[in-house]
Amino acid sequence: MARPATATSLSFEETAYALFLGLLAAICLLIAGKAWDIPMALHAGIGAIFAGIGVFLIINGALHRKAWTPELIDGKPNYNYGPIKFATIAAIFWGIAGFTVGLLIALQLCYPALNLDLPWTSFGRLRPLHTSAVIFAFGGNVLLATSFYVVQRTCQARMPGIVTPWFVVLGYNAFIVIAGTGYLLGVTQGKEYAEPEWYADIWLTIVWVVYLLTFLGTIWKRKEPHIYVANWFYLAFIVTVAVLHLGNNESLPISIYSSKSVQVFSGVQDAMVQWWYGHNAVGFFLTAGFLAIMYYFVPKRADRPVYSYRLSIVHFWALIFLYIWAGPHHLHYTALPEWASTLGATFSIILWMPSWGGMINGLMTLSGAWDKLRTDPVLRMLVVSVAFYGMSTFEGPLMSVKAVNSLSHYTDWTIGHVHSGALGWVGFISFGAIYCLVPWLWNRKEMYSLKLVSWHFWLATIGIVFYITAMWVSGIMEGLMWRAYDKLGFLEYSFIETVAAKHTLYLVRAFGGGLFLLGALIMAYNVYMTIRFSARQEHASASGLNLAPAE
Amino acid sequence: MSLFEKHVVLEKHSLLLLLGIVLVVAIGGLVEIVPLFYLKSTIEKVEGVRPYTPLELAGRNIYIREGCYNCHSQMIRPMRDEIERYGHFSLAAESMYDHPFQWGSKRTGPDLARIGNKYSDDWHKGHLTNPRSVVPDSIMPGYPFLASTDLDYRHIQDVVRTNAIVGVPYTDEQIANAAADLEAQANPDDKNAKAFLARYPKAVARDFTGDGRITELTAVVAYLQMLGTLVDFKIYDDKANPR
Repeated sequence: MARPATATSLSFEETAYALFLGLLAAICLLIAGKAWDIPMALHAGIGAIFAGIGVFLIINGALHRKAWTPELIDGKPNYNYGPIKFATIAAIFWGIAGFTVGLLIALQLCYPALNLDLPWTSFGRLRPLHTSAVIFAFGGNVLLATSFYVVQRTCQARMPGIVTPWFVVLGYNAFIVIAGTGYLLGVTQGKEYAEPEWYADIWLTIVWVVYLLTFLGTIWKRKEPHIYVANWFYLAFIVTVAVLHLGNNESLPISIYSSKSVQVFSGVQDAMVQWWYGHNAVGFFLTAGFLAIMYYFVPKRADRPVYSYRLSIVHFWALIFLYIWAGPHHLHYTALPEWASTLGATFSIILWMPSWGGMINGLMTLSGAWDKLRTDPVLRMLVVSVAFYGMSTFEGPLMSVKAVNSLSHYTDWTIGHVHSGALGWVGFISFGAIYCLVPWLWNRKEMYSLKLVSWHFWLATIGIVFYITAMWVSGIMEGLMWRAYDKLGFLEYSFIETVAAKHTLYLVRAFGGGLFLLGALIMAYNVYMTIRFSARQEHASASGLNLAPAE
Repeated sequence: MSLFEKHVVLEKHSLLLLLGIVLVVAIGGLVEIVPLFYLKSTIEKVEGVRPYTPLELAGRNIYIREGCYNCHSQMIRPMRDEIERYGHFSLAAESMYDHPFQWGSKRTGPDLARIGNKYSDDWHKGHLTNPRSVVPDSIMPGYPFLASTDLDYRHIQDVVRTNAIVGVPYTDEQIANAAADLEAQANPDDKNAKAFLARYPKAVARDFTGDGRITELTAVVAYLQMLGTLVDFKIYDDKANPR
């Protein structure tokens, strides 16, 4: 794109963003002034402040610009790392916040007094905060950071735009702030994993479209004719999440001045759309996106090529085709027609094949490099995450079988299953990727301490084992207790007896979660020391909020 | 193998790859979702099911606001133990006016699809304020603030109207009288009580919290006390619509 001659004048792109954000700030102020409820006034106010800061950063960045950022430096691509650094740090921050809230709500289930009898600290509001913080804030920032890194490196091209990549990363985190504070204030659509209200959804849609364009724009600048396999998975993740988000958030606000909306779909149709969304948030956000991480970081760290190119192709198309069908297995024996949930279960079982095909492709990439598992705790983390992926993608199809589901549904078994995938697969592959990324981004040789990485690995692994075994026992136990009959033919247990029986297991679960959190805190310390310790030697900028090009 | 060689086309053209992804992921969702808008078992109407009254709707919105669905399902499965514990299995029609649905996915607490009329208003009042006062082993959070917060129903008419726009069959009269109907349902001596009952036949008007005020608790109790009470299963024909 043509740029003005002087470096301090605004480019077309910067002007467009500044005007858009300025307009947005004005709209937000108008809504804040006429808001019908306190959360809306607060959120519109936050929106106006964020948009205003955006305008300031754009203009300030241009005023202090000495020269236009070159595409190449010494013939090598001048990669844009600033937004990636920000997303990496944000991922660690949100991860710890999300794990902490998770530990708190786990303890609330042991000791209800911890709900404090206040609206904004009660389980019902904190649970969405936990799920969104770990999935969308932690996982989302990991995906933003890694996707921007991988797409630039594999295309050997700098991301397009000056403001655009920053708009994606900062805009996404603004969405997180709005969504999270909304939950505490009771702003929710009441649909699991899709709780943010209409205005947050609209904002996320804008950010997501820009994300897709930034990603595609980098691919269009590629030097290498082939698009690398990790980028297929990132692309499927970005596009499908957009489709799911738009499909499941069809809602009509009661007024543009109100934070309350009404869903367009109702009852059984809404349930089907919700679980089409919900299961594919797992399939595309938490699986396809993180498989992309596997396809780049495992080969890179092991220094081996991906095991099989053909398996990658089969894995990719089979996975994305089959996953989308699996949603209705969340609705067995409900008012959803039986053919639909049976179809969901059938595809869930078929899905086992590509899932394990992908696992094999990841694990076998270590052929000839297995010895590195002894010496490299980062690689160990990446590989164990793939093993957990294999385990939870075995458990998932099992639980989608109707006979099993009749016992497991509504119980803690589901929670255990989710966490073996979330902590084991998504958590570990993210930690592994962060341990790779931090030295690469900040130009360090290696992490500050590999021994601490090892500590993180073992604490988290033991924590997961405690967590998921406690939930297996508690889930299967309560499922059996609910359906137990005494010899006279009466239900043997009242509901509350099944609740009381789980107390000790809930304590064990909280202990496991605590170990996992402790591991993450060690990671945060390690990352901080890596960035700071070496910074004295190399004077590299550790600031994420630097709109000037990374030198 | 030629098929793998042809795949190179997708690897070299990002927009073809993008198009391929969209086509492949569209199929499953379309096959599973679209029929639900046409099949008899998913769109049938059942005798007795009516839109929520404004007070019940306000209570339902508080139920959603507090995230009750995180621990309570509203979907009874057709299994012996569930039917004995909770009542008749849930019908699709019973949540046809639920925007959004609240079937839930987890029973940290019991199912609430047919909680209506199982306990007294007083029990609900005590239980919501301090669950351990009536169920010593309960792990439910206390919601004492519901009883002390006056219900904000300034915009109840907009809530009802928006529900009407998305397909709930509220009449113009019901929309116009939303606030009056809300007040009338909470106070049987209200001058509009008769008109309210004419607009919502079989709805129950009473002072749900016994304190003469319209608090958030009033609305939640009104909602809980009507859950699952609309269909009379003595006259409902199970065989007419098997699932």
